[in-house]
Amino acid sequence: MRNILAVAGKEIRAYFHSPIAYLVMAVYAVLCGFFFYSFTATYVVQTFRMQAMGGMGMPNMTINDYVIRPLFEGVLTIVLLLLIPLITMRLYAEEKRSGTIELLLTSPVTDFQIIAGKFLGALLLFGTMIVITFGFIGTLFLYGNPSAKPLIAQAVGLFLFGASLLALGMWISTFTRNQIIAAVVSFAAFLLIYVLDWVTAYSNGPVSSVLSYMSLTTHFDAFAKGVVDLKDLVYYLSVIVLGIFLTSRSVEALKGRV
Amino acid sequence: MIQVENLTKRYGPTLAVSDVSFEVQKGEILGFLGPNGAGKTTTMRIITGFLPPSSGRVRVAGYDIADEPIAAKKCLGYLPENPPVYTDMTVNEYLAFVGRIKSVPRGELKKRIGEVSEKCSIADVQHRQIGKLSKGYRQRVGLAQALIHNPDVLILDEPTAGLDPKQIIETRELIKSLAGQHTVILSTHILPEVSKTCQRVVVINKGTVVAVGAPEELTARLQGYGSVLVTVEGPAPEIMSKLQAVPGVNLVEPVEAMGARVTLEVHTEKNRDVRADLARAIVESGWGLFELKTSGMSLEDIFLKLTTRDLGEEAAHAEAAASAKAEVVN
Repeated sequence: MRNILAVAGKEIRAYFHSPIAYLVMAVYAVLCGFFFYSFTATYVVQTFRMQAMGGMGMPNMTINDYVIRPLFEGVLTIVLLLLIPLITMRLYAEEKRSGTIELLLTSPVTDFQIIAGKFLGALLLFGTMIVITFGFIGTLFLYGNPSAKPLIAQAVGLFLFGASLLALGMWISTFTRNQIIAAVVSFAAFLLIYVLDWVTAYSNGPVSSVLSYMSLTTHFDAFAKGVVDLKDLVYYLSVIVLGIFLTSRSVEALKGRV
Repeated sequence: MIQVENLTKRYGPTLAVSDVSFEVQKGEILGFLGPNGAGKTTTMRIITGFLPPSSGRVRVAGYDIADEPIAAKKCLGYLPENPPVYTDMTVNEYLAFVGRIKSVPRGELKKRIGEVSEKCSIADVQHRQIGKLSKGYRQRVGLAQALIHNPDVLILDEPTAGLDPKQIIETRELIKSLAGQHTVILSTHILPEVSKTCQRVVVINKGTVVAVGAPEELTARLQGYGSVLVTVEGPAPEIMSKLQAVPGVNLVEPVEAMGARVTLEVHTEKNRDVRADLARAIVESGWGLFELKTSGMSLEDIFLKLTTRDLGEEAAHAEAAASAKAEVVN
């Protein structure tokens, strides 16, 4: 455990001693803030309009359904597709480039401890992004009364979604010593997994349902609605375990090729 | 302390290390000598557990590096060719991190950092960012990193590369002072390094061990005769016949001629110093004596002799293979 924390501490240090952490957090805050404001403003305008029309038509426009849910469903996941590669690109690529991988792999720590430490470090940086998100959402409680329970599911969902991408991005980072390549490949891979469920639009049958099941979006819908489904939990946890497992295989194969 | 048995490493079809075996006793400094691309780095990387060998075994302090890697690595300090430093950390932060992953007890960490900084004379830069240090300092930070957990075995890949002459001498002294309590393997392609620091030398070329022994032993074994270089101003043929007549001289060969001045190599009988006789012969004949020096086999000559033996026509081929290997290694 001490080894894992030592590596995690080193990663956190590296993020916050370089512009990466601040850049990622700032970009996230700006994008998240813009979307949050747009959804809220639209909501306010529409509810006024409804009232002016005598409250007819749509009776229960809750803030949960019209602001928070579209925020999670539609935009935050896409912002993460873009920003997570920036967090994971350096995890192994930088160690390979600077030769410090030789220090890590000849130290009395297991490959798993190194991987777990790196994953934990990246997860902590990502955690600050979740905190930013809920900072925005928290302001809704000052002026309205959204229901709090769905927020728990949404937070869990966003966390698992991001953690899955982090695990896969870490794996991709083991293949190259060039951080830009790692970031570009990660982004392309994430985007592909994200849109895998599009196949259902033009085909049906076993292949398309399997592909659709593998898509990251399919499993996020329930969380965005505020529902924790065991099936989705299992899916994201499996992706995380898979990513860590693939990383450990790749690090094993790395020895001798650095 | 270190046993290397029948180590072989292939990178695809190229054989980087072939059937290398040697042992290092406790407290000994072993020099690992060879031209670039000879397989030094590969061998060291296998000993440290960074590379798996294609076949053969390595034991460090009694632990097999393949079967008990964690136990073996705890006894190992390793300085790779390029010091493995995080350029965005300060020296102290870096040493603290390395100490933590090398299982230095929490309470001792601060003390150990102080000790190794003192030993490697980097105490004056402990709060500086490593990325802003000169190559010499970085090299010594790398050395400090290898020493932080006070390992029984130290593997140093070209520890003096990039240092200035004063630092080289200091580093050599440091390495020498480590002998006794630490067992050291150090690789180099710089020869004086070996004769100045190591008690035993393994010469490696093209992946195989070509000679093992103390530096003096190697010199003695290969030195069949002595020779003296003489630079004289005068008629070359006459000088040669005159010197040939000096007792103890086997053969006189011209080396270089510049105007009226000739440089001759005088091969003498083993263990016989003829310099005084040569000087007298030249001066008595009225020629100008410009230079007279022994050119006994230096470690350089031995090295060249060992590593270029039987090269002949395969030279070009071997050269290509060696550079290909070097590329793979790097």
